[in-house]
Amino acid sequence: MKRLMVVVCVLFAVFIFAGENKLEIFSWWTGGGEEEGLLALFDLFHKYYPDVEIINAAVAGGAGTNAKAVLKTRMLGGNPPDSFQVHAGMELIDTYVVTNMMEPITWILKEMGVLDKFPKAILDICSYNGEVYSIPVNVHRANVVFYNKKIAEEIGMTREPITWTEFIYYLKKAKEKGYVGLALGDKNKWTSLHLFESIMLAELGPDKYNALWKGEASFNDPAIEKALEIMKELLEFINNDHAAMTWQDATRLVFEGKAFCNMMGDWAEGYLKTLGWTPGKEFGWFALPGTQNAFMVVSDTFGLPKGAPHRENAIKWLKLIASVEAQDVFNPIKGSIPARLDADKSKYDPYLTWSMNDFATKALCPSIIHGSAAPESFATALMDAINTFVSTRNVERTFQEILYIAEDNGYLTD
Amino acid sequence: MRALKHNVSIGILVLAPSIIAIAIFVYGFIAWTVRVSFSNWNSFTALLRGVYKFVGFRNYIRLFRDFRFQTDLWNTLFFTLFFLAGAILLGLLLAALIDRGLKGSRIFQNIFLFPMALSFVVTGTVWSWIFAPGTLPMDPQGVNLLLHKLGLDKLMWGWYTSTQHFGRFNVALLPVIIAAVWQLSGYTMAMYLAGLRGIPSSLIEAAKVDGATDFQIFWKVKMPLLKPITLSAMIILGHISLKIFDLVFSMTGSGPNFVTDVPAIYMFELTFRSNRYAMGSAIAIVMLVMVAVVIVPYLIGSLRKES
Repeated sequence: MKRLMVVVCVLFAVFIFAGENKLEIFSWWTGGGEEEGLLALFDLFHKYYPDVEIINAAVAGGAGTNAKAVLKTRMLGGNPPDSFQVHAGMELIDTYVVTNMMEPITWILKEMGVLDKFPKAILDICSYNGEVYSIPVNVHRANVVFYNKKIAEEIGMTREPITWTEFIYYLKKAKEKGYVGLALGDKNKWTSLHLFESIMLAELGPDKYNALWKGEASFNDPAIEKALEIMKELLEFINNDHAAMTWQDATRLVFEGKAFCNMMGDWAEGYLKTLGWTPGKEFGWFALPGTQNAFMVVSDTFGLPKGAPHRENAIKWLKLIASVEAQDVFNPIKGSIPARLDADKSKYDPYLTWSMNDFATKALCPSIIHGSAAPESFATALMDAINTFVSTRNVERTFQEILYIAEDNGYLTD
Repeated sequence: MRALKHNVSIGILVLAPSIIAIAIFVYGFIAWTVRVSFSNWNSFTALLRGVYKFVGFRNYIRLFRDFRFQTDLWNTLFFTLFFLAGAILLGLLLAALIDRGLKGSRIFQNIFLFPMALSFVVTGTVWSWIFAPGTLPMDPQGVNLLLHKLGLDKLMWGWYTSTQHFGRFNVALLPVIIAAVWQLSGYTMAMYLAGLRGIPSSLIEAAKVDGATDFQIFWKVKMPLLKPITLSAMIILGHISLKIFDLVFSMTGSGPNFVTDVPAIYMFELTFRSNRYAMGSAIAIVMLVMVAVVIVPYLIGSLRKES
């Protein structure tokens, strides 16, 4: 009798686990084009693997601030999802890879033979000790200025500015005509660091900027102080209610014809399109002066946690999102460009094509505030320092503060 | 004797689950937070490695030297003072008006109480729209638009985006205080109203016979009797304001140069955004001590009264 019970139990267990053909995908894609893009990926997955049930474990909240906290709890509690969204770079490496919670997935890319279809620089950002740990699905560019073409005409801008002097000249003109020069919405604080990191990139140049994070260049560089000076100059042209606005509100100022331009990641382009504008017609864009030769990367990637409950399905998922087909399904909907270089350019609008060309040819640099360049403790501390700077505009003290933060996080400061 | 013992043991048995749950989930976790706040767990890696390294008061010392935390403490102080004064005075005024039993006072009693039924997040979001200043001076919004339409352009200012301060008091806190007072003055009104209704009419009549005016009756007879209510209101509002998070977080965030930042927001960001768990725990303990300073004497006082 007892033996029979054991047999029944074992059979039952086998039945349960065999019947559980699932795939749990964790992300913070819950709104607008993002969610539609994710669902399109799920549909594509079902086309190839119709019998796998997908669990969409998305957690709402901009830039994944809530989702990241939930994910940490799950990973610490030994209950990882099968695969999760994470920004390329330190957000993954510093938190989960050095703590030995992820599986290397270089072999997947090798097996598919697509290791060289991604730019080397972006795979480097996703790697640790020579192994790739996550697969980039999409790429956003952070160092772009979007401007209102009608106002540009009014202030006599015939060609997009490439130096600070030109840029500030047009900002001044816009201000004289009663417009806000540079729209900023830093209620959630990150946007001011978003602006500053690109100014820093402009002043340091891509090589030195990238060397900072490898410990090959020092933060104690006059170029960073100069970047603060330039930021201070640009702050003369922002809207005075910036602390009451989100980035959408700031982009909207451009749309409503109240502000000349807005420096933002190119998700702002998607936002302007949903408001009804056509790229190149009502609004134009240019790389922030001084960063024409660089591409500040914000990239969403997926990795493979150790102990994923449905590892086989997770690998199928990763193989799928690494394919051109999946990247070309997802990105036109999300409003970003594919991380693969051999994608079909005809599926993308003029702005995104411009961005794709730059992505393939310009120096790729990891963003600080979007989790790629440095650990989260560095990014949040720097965000606080820049938030104070926006009000106090004290270059000397902020520069000192930046040096302290860099030192705290083990970067070079001498 | 035996029956009594039996009763006691049943009582303990019935209470045991909640005692154990509170012991673990309240006091156990407080003790754990204290332990974390004395550790070097200031990164995800350190936490995960789980090796406990005692660093004494280092986290606390860093906090009190931190410009942001200093601002937070001053903000908490001023927010609590103005919020308590505002909610209690307004609550008392409304209660006194309603207590006169004028026509329609029933309806107004409910209207005043309504804001309390909303969550702080809703209040915060709505008031953040109301006090959003707009691009001054060309394009005012919210309250500023109202002032503009009334021709009071001189009164337009940046509200919670302002970085002005008098000494350590950031004026940007005023809109937040207004929102908090709006939400909780109805609650203090209800408390005072209960107190006023509980005053025996014989006392009032006796005072009237002695020739006291209405004003005298209110200040000399009613107010002394309402003292315990004022004290409870201060305790309840005080512990809300010392721990406030949701209202400020949804209304203004930490504000430019942290003009509207409070310890709870800093705690949240340090713990869940920067992975600096030990520093976050240290803030939690500082907040616990602040609340304890307010509440413990009150608890001791009421315990003594009971015995």
